[in-house]
Order: sequence, then C-alpha cells, then structure tokens
Amino acid sequence: MATQKLFRRDVVKKLMSVRGDALCISGLGSPTWDLAAADHRDENFYIWGGMGGATPTGLGLALAQPDRKVWVITGDGEQLMGVGSFSTVALQQPKNLAIIVLDNEHYGETGMQAAPTGRGTDLAAMAAGAGIAQTMTVTDEAGLDDLMKRLTDGNFPLVAVVKVDVRTGETVMPPRDGKYVKTAFRMAVLGADKAQHPG
Amino acid sequence: MSGDWSASAHQLFKEHDIKQVAYVPDAGLSKLIKSSLADNDIQTVPLTTEEEGIAVSAGAWLGGQKCAVLMQSSGVGNTINMIASLTTTCAFPLFMIVTMRGDYGESNPWQMPMGRAVQPVLEAVGVRCLRAETHEEAADAVKAGLMMSFHGGEAVAVLIGQKLIGAKPFTGAHAGMQAED
Repeated sequence: MATQKLFRRDVVKKLMSVRGDALCISGLGSPTWDLAAADHRDENFYIWGGMGGATPTGLGLALAQPDRKVWVITGDGEQLMGVGSFSTVALQQPKNLAIIVLDNEHYGETGMQAAPTGRGTDLAAMAAGAGIAQTMTVTDEAGLDDLMKRLTDGNFPLVAVVKVDVRTGETVMPPRDGKYVKTAFRMAVLGADKAQHPG
Repeated sequence: MSGDWSASAHQLFKEHDIKQVAYVPDAGLSKLIKSSLADNDIQTVPLTTEEEGIAVSAGAWLGGQKCAVLMQSSGVGNTINMIASLTTTCAFPLFMIVTMRGDYGESNPWQMPMGRAVQPVLEAVGVRCLRAETHEEAADAVKAGLMMSFHGGEAVAVLIGQKLIGAKPFTGAHAGMQAED
C-alpha cells in the first residue's frame, strides 16, 4: 500500500522556507492560491490566466535578472499546455531558473477531470527530453528534502515535478488587479524610479 | 530612413535598449534575426510557439528589460489568449513585428484566412496595428511602435505587408497527374 501523497499546501510552505530572495511566478489556478497562502509578497507575480505562460514568463524574467533566482510554481495541466517551453528554456540554459510543477494528475480548477500526467505522461521525462539536465520527480518527504537542497544549491535550470494529491487548501486570493501586481513586482525588484520611468 | 527596413529595425532596437528578441522564424524576418543573433547585447530567444514570446516579453518587463517579439502572421493565431489574458489584463507593453502571409499576391490558399484575420483579431484583444508596405514605412512603423509600446505603454504590432517582403511562389507538379509532354 502506497503511503499518502504529499499535500500541495505543505509542499509550497516548505519550499518557501528556503526561498530567500527568489522571485516567484505562479501558474493559474491552485498554484497561485498556494503561493498567496504560503508567502505573499510583492516579489510574487500571480498569473490568473494565460494558460501555458508561467514558464516562458519565468524565462523572460530570469534572462532579465540573471543575479536573482526565479522560481516558477505551476500545475501539470498548465505546464502541459506550454510544454514546448521546456525546449525554449533548454536552449537558454538559464542558471537562475527553477520550474516546480505541482502535479495532482488532474485539472483541478475545472472539476478535477483526469489529466494525462496520471495516465503515463511524464513531465520530468519531457523536460529531460527537451534538454534540461536537472530534472526530478518528487513523491515523498525525502524527495522534498532533496528538492529543497537543490533549490538552495542552485544547480539550475531545474525542473522538479512534485506529485501531490487532489486536496486543495482554502482559496487564498492575491490581489486580482494584474496591473497592480505587475507594478508592485517591478517596484520591489527594480526600485521606484526604474519601475515608474522605464524610458 | 532609407535602405532595408531590417537594418533600420536593428538600429532602432539598439537605440531603444531592446535586450531580448524572441521569435519564431520567417523568411521575411531572416535578416533581422541574423543581426540580432550577431549582437552580443541582445539575448535571442527562439520559441517553439508564438504565445511563449508574449509571456517572455512580459517576464522581461517584470525584470526591467525590453523584449521585441517577431513572428509570421500565421503565428498571430497562436498568441491571442496570451495577449488578451496576460498582456492586456496587466497592461504590459508589447512590441511585435509580424511578417504577413495570406496577403498581397499570395498563392497558397491555406494562408489566406489567417492573413485576413490578423489585424481584426489583434485589434479585438487590444493590440494597435501599424501596417507597412515599403521599407521606409516599415522603418517608420518600427520607430513609432517602439515609442508607443515602451513609453506609451501600448501593445503594438507592426505588420510588414507581403507587398514588401514578396509572395512565396507555390508551384510544382500535380500529384497523381501524368506530366504532359
């Protein structure tokens, strides 16, 4: 009998304990609520739409801020929709980008329909096949400890697929005004002058 | 400005401090892609599909850099939800150069519907379109578009017409037919 799968809220909370000053991008749906619940700050860019866009948003940010770590936290369905972005990331080999996929093997926001990740599709293998050398699939606490170590060591680019169960936590909503979230993020990262006068 | 629009565009990228150029290739973009690749101050980001470029551009802006996104008109169809949902919702600046297919002189019927749809569809999700049919118009539109997007905060697409880049010929033997002698 398999032990119980990890709970996504516990996973994100634990990961945030080693976040340091990493910049975070969250993919639509539960990962955005998870990030807001675990560690709400201005250096979070919460995506509520644009399915498939979390990883390429993280890539553009990682290239623009090479001295900051960038963590993308997204879901399996969101990453599958933009799965070609593994190849786009692999071409750039950003030394500061980690992609953490919370894989519950379902489309959670739309009624828990089964996703291909529960029926043989292996996102870590797809990332490896795209040319990302550091990939892992986490299924238990020991794996989570290993992931935290790798996030701290920063041997990036890294793709970590964390298998979680279908439990969701309480919905915790970050600010819903995308313009505000964008500007707050830029203010925090770039400072007021550069954020307000991009010239 | 005179001469090839691609050379002017590259010069304007430098003047506007464009640091990332994300693209899906097209023949009409090959000169600009080549000069971007040869430029050590520009990070070129080849994409597997065009909507990635919209997100890369947003991410670059979050990190304080400007990104230009290059694509063929067919690829515009792939970008619509990303533009509507990410760019327009958050009012990210966006600067795209789109080389047209299914446009002036086209002979491939499969390109026609998207060629017709490009401008109305982009406009429907909030992108301002600047059409150019000559090298001079294209260079001017790139200059104006860079100003409108990164200073004016708009989403702008410069549409380079097929009248300028030329229609690709689609001719050949007819499948299943005996060649006439």
